[in-house]
Amino acid sequence: MAAFILRRLAQSIIVMLVVGLVAFFMFQFLGDPVNQMVGVDTPVAEREALRERLGLNDPLIIRFGKFVVNAAQLEFGLSYQHKSPVTDLLLERMPATIELSMVSAVIAFALALPAGVYTGLYRNRWSSKAMLTLSLIGISVPTFLIGILFIYLFAVVLGWLPSFGRGDVVTLPGGWTTGLLTASGLKAIILPALTLGLFTLTLIMRLIRAEMLEVLRTDYIKFARARGLTNRAVNFGHALKNTLVPVITVTGLLLGNLIAFAIITESVFQWPGMGRLFLQSIQEVDLPVMSAYLVMISFLFVVLNLVVDILYYVVDPRLRVEGHGSGH
Amino acid sequence: MSKHLLEVKNLRIEFPTRRGLLTAIDDVSFHIDEGEVLGVVGESGAGKSLTGAAIIGLLEPPGRVAGGEIIMNGRRIDNLGYEEMRKIRGREIGAIFQDPLTSLNPLYTVGRQLTETIMTHTDMTPTKARERAIELLTEVGIPAPEKRVDQYPHQFSGGMRQRVVIALALCVNPKLVVADEPTTALDVSIQAQIIALLKKLCRDHGTAVMLVTHDMGVIAETADRVAVMYAGRIAEVGPVRQVVKQAKHPYTEGLMGSIPMIGHTGEKLQQIEGSMPRLTNIPTGCAFNPRCPKAFDRCFKERPNTIDVDGTEVACWLYDKEAAHV
Repeated sequence: MAAFILRRLAQSIIVMLVVGLVAFFMFQFLGDPVNQMVGVDTPVAEREALRERLGLNDPLIIRFGKFVVNAAQLEFGLSYQHKSPVTDLLLERMPATIELSMVSAVIAFALALPAGVYTGLYRNRWSSKAMLTLSLIGISVPTFLIGILFIYLFAVVLGWLPSFGRGDVVTLPGGWTTGLLTASGLKAIILPALTLGLFTLTLIMRLIRAEMLEVLRTDYIKFARARGLTNRAVNFGHALKNTLVPVITVTGLLLGNLIAFAIITESVFQWPGMGRLFLQSIQEVDLPVMSAYLVMISFLFVVLNLVVDILYYVVDPRLRVEGHGSGH
Repeated sequence: MSKHLLEVKNLRIEFPTRRGLLTAIDDVSFHIDEGEVLGVVGESGAGKSLTGAAIIGLLEPPGRVAGGEIIMNGRRIDNLGYEEMRKIRGREIGAIFQDPLTSLNPLYTVGRQLTETIMTHTDMTPTKARERAIELLTEVGIPAPEKRVDQYPHQFSGGMRQRVVIALALCVNPKLVVADEPTTALDVSIQAQIIALLKKLCRDHGTAVMLVTHDMGVIAETADRVAVMYAGRIAEVGPVRQVVKQAKHPYTEGLMGSIPMIGHTGEKLQQIEGSMPRLTNIPTGCAFNPRCPKAFDRCFKERPNTIDVDGTEVACWLYDKEAAHV
């Protein structure tokens, strides 16, 4: 197990280096950032000084080395646009994004699990069929459209919930800002969290259902019934646990998606998170912000994948065998 | 009231399909006495497994019992609700399936699957149940049971897994075990061991067995009585010696003739011409009539009654004495 984790860690580092390379090379291809930062009439000497200050004149390999070392220390340089450290910019906006993603993840998983199991067990009931049909909406309608429809219905027509922003936030010790402790903050997070989580919710629900149907057909479920086990033991003890391996894989990746693709939801709801910062940085060719965001999101996926791999071990004993298992 | 342990009376199983009702089991009757081994043989699709599934109440929808009765210990069980039937499954009627490799849940230890079954049907404490589990593993011949009890199914070989499955089927001493081709998926070298084990355990515990199989050798060695099924009907039921040595029904005769015998070199094996009819077009009269070398007029018109010939029940007009004299 330890060897396995070490091996995965080594792989993860390689993946991160490759991502770093991509993030770094963006600088080479997206034009001269100095032109974006200064006016047309800035003298050449002043431009040169700025290039020197931003470290744009060093050889490529040194710049990449510097980039990796700095990135490892969460140093991504100064934002061209904001003229302040990228890390600070991201950290400042991170709580909003993380909170939004986590709330939508909790909503999505809490609903997907029972819905998936229910529709799997009682696939012929009309309620299951209705849920399946509804879930097609979540899968096929794009997020921004759902967001806009939500805003129209709940904010404009009914006036129950705010249509943009994060509401009042409280700063916790350590600098983390949270909107979950104020009434307006809680109200503000409902629509964006639902919008963001709907796709995940429906996808996981359908996955669990499909896996349940698959597992319920297996011999060991039939045999468990033949042993006279209670329905509860068969459905939840035996069937559900066997659906978990593929569900964990997809869930891990979807969790990454929730954070990475909060971009769209954040811009629809004017949510002050990292995704909006990223969109702005694209419009302004603010390369340090873009590359930092890229590296950070990749890091997140790498970590989630590692966690997923470790969870496999916890769930499935077949992966746990040491090389000299008996009977083979 | 009959004294049979299990009695199946005029069982009829139907599958509603888009093209109409399929009758997969048609008017099947037999019984099993306490401690007796009834072998059920027939070609694939003859309805052997289906009959077994109906007895343990696990017919897969849309299949359903459309007629007849299944009586266990004097109590009718084919019309029980799921929960009542659940209490009978495992407790009174155990089951063994064909493939031991897939019969065990891969995610739980063998011990957990045993204790869970034991505790579902008895009031044993977890500690007691675990002791019983180890006892059972010893009984089915698994070496080092104290260690094996905490292992997962994938750590057992196929034969060992079938032993575990047998332990699971017998763990609360059911009166009857429905064994659906318990050795088909195993190595030939292991098959005999497993059958011997099953036979020994059932004799020790006084458990009756309904042994579904293709293997006439297994039947000849293990069963007390044999039921031969053809196209969802019983062709012949009788004591094993009689059925094997002096088959009455032409189908059974053909079946026995197709078994290779040691010493009979140079002789060609018999084969039954044609194949079993599909459920959608079972002929009128006797279902075997298109393939039967001895078929006569009546076989094409009337479905044969069961006729008692020297203790064997045969569904064949050849043995209808009254008609023979007409």
